[in-house]
Amino acid sequence: GNLSLSLSLSLSLSLSLSLSLSLSLSLSDPQQLVGVVGLEVHAQINSNTKLFSGSSVRFSAPPNSLVSPFDASLPGTLPVLNKRCVEAAVMTALALNCTINKKSLFDRKHYFYADLPAGYQITQQRRPIAVDGTLTYSILGGKKRSQVIRRTSTIKQIQLEQDSGKSLHDDLRSQTLIDLNRAGVGLMELVMEPDMSCGEEAAAAVRELQLILQALGTCQANMSEGQLRVDANVSVHKPGEPLGVRTEVKNINSVRFLSRAIDYEIQRHIQVLQRGGTVQNETRAFDSKSGETIPMRDKEGLQDYRFMPEPNLPPLIVYEDNASLPTGIDACQAVVVQEIRAGLPELPSIKRDRLVQTYGILPEHSFTLVNEDGLVEYFEAVLKATTKEPRKVIGWVTNELVGHLKHTVHSLTHTHTHTQASVCVLVSPASPWFLFPQVFQEMWRSPGKTASQIIQEQDLGLVSDATQLHSICQKVVDSHPVEVHAIRNGNKKVLNKLMGLVQKETKGRADPVLVRAILQEKTS
Amino acid sequence: MLGLTIREVSAALREGRISPTELCRKCLNRIKRTRHLNAYIAVTEELALKQAGEAEARLLRGAPKGPLDGIPFAVKDNFCTENIKTTCASRMLKDYTPPYTATVVQKLLNQGAILMGKTNMDEFAMGAGSTDGAFGPVRNPWSYAAPYRERTGAAPDSDWVVTGGSSGGSAAAVASLTSYLALGSDTGGSTRNPGALCGVVALKPTYGLLSRHGLIPLVNSMDVPGIMTRSVSDAAIVLGILQGQDTRDSTTTAAPSSLTELPEHFDVKNICVGIPQEYHAPGLSEETLAQWSRVADMFERAGARVKRVSLPHTQHSIVCYHVLCHAEVASNMARFDGLEYGHRSEEDSSTEAMYASSRHEGFNDVVRGRILSGNYFLLKQNSEHYFVKAQRVRRLIAEDFKRAFGSGVDVLLTPTTLADAARYSDFTQEDNRTRSAQEDVFTQPVNMAGLPAVSVPTALSSRGLPIGLQLIGPALQDKKLLGVAQWIEQRVGFPSITGAIKHMQDGSFDSFIIRHCPCEIEMRPVLCFMTC
Repeated sequence: GNLSLSLSLSLSLSLSLSLSLSLSLSLSDPQQLVGVVGLEVHAQINSNTKLFSGSSVRFSAPPNSLVSPFDASLPGTLPVLNKRCVEAAVMTALALNCTINKKSLFDRKHYFYADLPAGYQITQQRRPIAVDGTLTYSILGGKKRSQVIRRTSTIKQIQLEQDSGKSLHDDLRSQTLIDLNRAGVGLMELVMEPDMSCGEEAAAAVRELQLILQALGTCQANMSEGQLRVDANVSVHKPGEPLGVRTEVKNINSVRFLSRAIDYEIQRHIQVLQRGGTVQNETRAFDSKSGETIPMRDKEGLQDYRFMPEPNLPPLIVYEDNASLPTGIDACQAVVVQEIRAGLPELPSIKRDRLVQTYGILPEHSFTLVNEDGLVEYFEAVLKATTKEPRKVIGWVTNELVGHLKHTVHSLTHTHTHTQASVCVLVSPASPWFLFPQVFQEMWRSPGKTASQIIQEQDLGLVSDATQLHSICQKVVDSHPVEVHAIRNGNKKVLNKLMGLVQKETKGRADPVLVRAILQEKTS
Repeated sequence: MLGLTIREVSAALREGRISPTELCRKCLNRIKRTRHLNAYIAVTEELALKQAGEAEARLLRGAPKGPLDGIPFAVKDNFCTENIKTTCASRMLKDYTPPYTATVVQKLLNQGAILMGKTNMDEFAMGAGSTDGAFGPVRNPWSYAAPYRERTGAAPDSDWVVTGGSSGGSAAAVASLTSYLALGSDTGGSTRNPGALCGVVALKPTYGLLSRHGLIPLVNSMDVPGIMTRSVSDAAIVLGILQGQDTRDSTTTAAPSSLTELPEHFDVKNICVGIPQEYHAPGLSEETLAQWSRVADMFERAGARVKRVSLPHTQHSIVCYHVLCHAEVASNMARFDGLEYGHRSEEDSSTEAMYASSRHEGFNDVVRGRILSGNYFLLKQNSEHYFVKAQRVRRLIAEDFKRAFGSGVDVLLTPTTLADAARYSDFTQEDNRTRSAQEDVFTQPVNMAGLPAVSVPTALSSRGLPIGLQLIGPALQDKKLLGVAQWIEQRVGFPSITGAIKHMQDGSFDSFIIRHCPCEIEMRPVLCFMTC
């Protein structure tokens, strides 16, 4: 299928940007104020239909085109729980080492807002579907940022809940337009304990979470499309003392902004306290243009959500295994944990360990590979098709290819066929290794063309015409008597210089095996 | 013909003694002539005649869909009906037309039953008199019948009595012979209460046995569609059609058995009838008490075991009911903000101001009062003290019933209401809250426990107004419950309103007199009146 290659290229960047800050914080003296960060992550469940209704889930459909009577909260409609959403939550919970609650409950959380048509959100307040999990992620440390440092954050709970619709404020005409396409889409809310200390950690944790969710297929986890929304609870304190007043930062739509928003907010708290002020308990929005957080107007005042049990949904029961199914229950109506556990795919951390062990590549390279959707598959396909050293291939992949991808337009996608074709090019003796990016780029520009077509049209093929190479080599030998003399005197290394000169003449396309043989013959 | 039961009129239709269209027209005419009862908010004349035509074609082909094919019915106006306004007797939904039909209504339509219209009620089913709707109060048909007129000398236009509520329109429709069956809803007694006061059979099935999909909720955890008919056996027929799991309502359960026919002769020798002592409550009228004793004695004489039982938490039930009801009301009513549907105020200075005035203009005082107190009960600092505590007491009330049924009791026999129907002028002396507390006292514990209960008309009071008794059964024993109810029905000799009307001498009430037609020979015999 189609794989997006645009998603996460900014990440490795964000990791390195905020590194210095985190180290200075974690090494600070005990009298220094340090940041405390907890995250609340809303992950839109990747399902065909909504959590409690049969309407389709689709991004960027025409406004209000995916709205059932229930989604619009027409009176008399009732919620019917989507099994796929429950399975997705259970799978996610298992991947995050949570305890699954065999019985969980739904509650109503009340507040008036134009894009919340029922006046309440159905969520799981009293008893969520899963509790007590962990998210293990890594940040790069050390002088060269090549040291992989593992961190673990605690996941307090995962709860199923409904998404709201979208409001579009037209201040000019003082109107609010409501789109209910998103209303009722299933969300997994992951509540994390405040056990992180800076933006970098939060960014790395969220990036790892993205990878896990994508590997599971339970959420597409694209932050810019709102499939993954992260709110950060930030406070500061002196180590050993109680936590300070916290603020909640919302409106963060990328991992990089998350890191910046948190670090900005920590610094703001510190500055407020150092000036002798007090931090207000409030919700703030991150403004990506200014890089600042600003108080949110519509969340002013204390909200009392008046929680109450959702009376239209009986307790949600999941079963450990088929043996524990009660008699008379329809097996296709039951969610069985063991079956979901058996279907768990390889998780990113396992995948990275495997890559390091199997191919002997550096741990930081395993991060680069896993960070990019489809890159591991690509890397392994190349290795399968070539005899080249994994370390050599990884060098090219992490430097050339990823660097190249970074500069390409976001909408570019590469298909499986493309990958296969490019692998063929890469291992083909017909084209030099280092010209590959050119071929690859050209293939993106003109998707219909095959690799060999491009090589031919762009004249990117290997020059292996013996007569032509003989005459070029002769020219080089003739014009470099000193080097030839040195070779003849036994300094065989100088041959490489002559080879380089030949490649320069041929723009690097000369068949190196052939050139070496000709030059050896001419300098013997 | 109009006074027949479903069973009888269904036979008449099959035998060709009357056609569905003729029957439909008769009902429509009668609706017109009884307009002063204010039983209907909307009459779906055109649709009814069209449906009748289709039923007629099926009957002519000898292929009726079932026992309800061609039978006129009415639906309380809190059940959604596609392309037909559904108002809940509220300004909020005055012009609301749902895009879908409630499951229970659809099931009746699928059987070929003919929808006559949507019946009047208390606004959003909040009330016990059918006096608090946006379209005016419903008048009890018995106000215009001879027994009441003769015995009280009541003046026609000032002394009419209420139907009870909140499904008063449905009860009036069945009692005034404009529909053979009607759907009500029952949250705290809203079907049984008007059923008792209007002299019709009123069944509140086990919670979850009938789908609530499309029923605009009052209290989701207690609401049940109610069935109102002129005979217990009719109620059984309708229950058989409506019961069962609905994928669109997650709280429904599969029916324990496909309810077919009730046995004509139910043997009460082997049953144990419980008389809950707590139902001997203050305010219970002498006459109702007398009927209660009379029927208990009947059971005893017939060989049933009649024993006194205790449901000790009954006295706390009504308070808890109100806390839970108001809390759910506050929640359920939050959706009415004037945005997607319903009344929207002209106020447009801000979204909040628009909400506030839409809701103020759309809801009556009763609804607004319940929203206010419900939200109060749910506040963070109050929830434990009110809502959670009420839930705990609710469990105790359910356990009371469980214990009684566990001790060998098959059914409980209680009054349905404290007394017969009050005059409108008397009823409205008290506010809605006080009235609801009084009127639902015997009925709402059943909703707290989710049990089936049926009100059976038993006798006419000294004022010539119906008195009903209630039978309560264990969960999902609806069929057995109806068997016992039928046994009572067969013995108490409750008069048909048709008979009552026939006895009317005063020409000014001719709007209520059925013209004599040959069909009426088929009418079931009119039993003698009770003289209390």
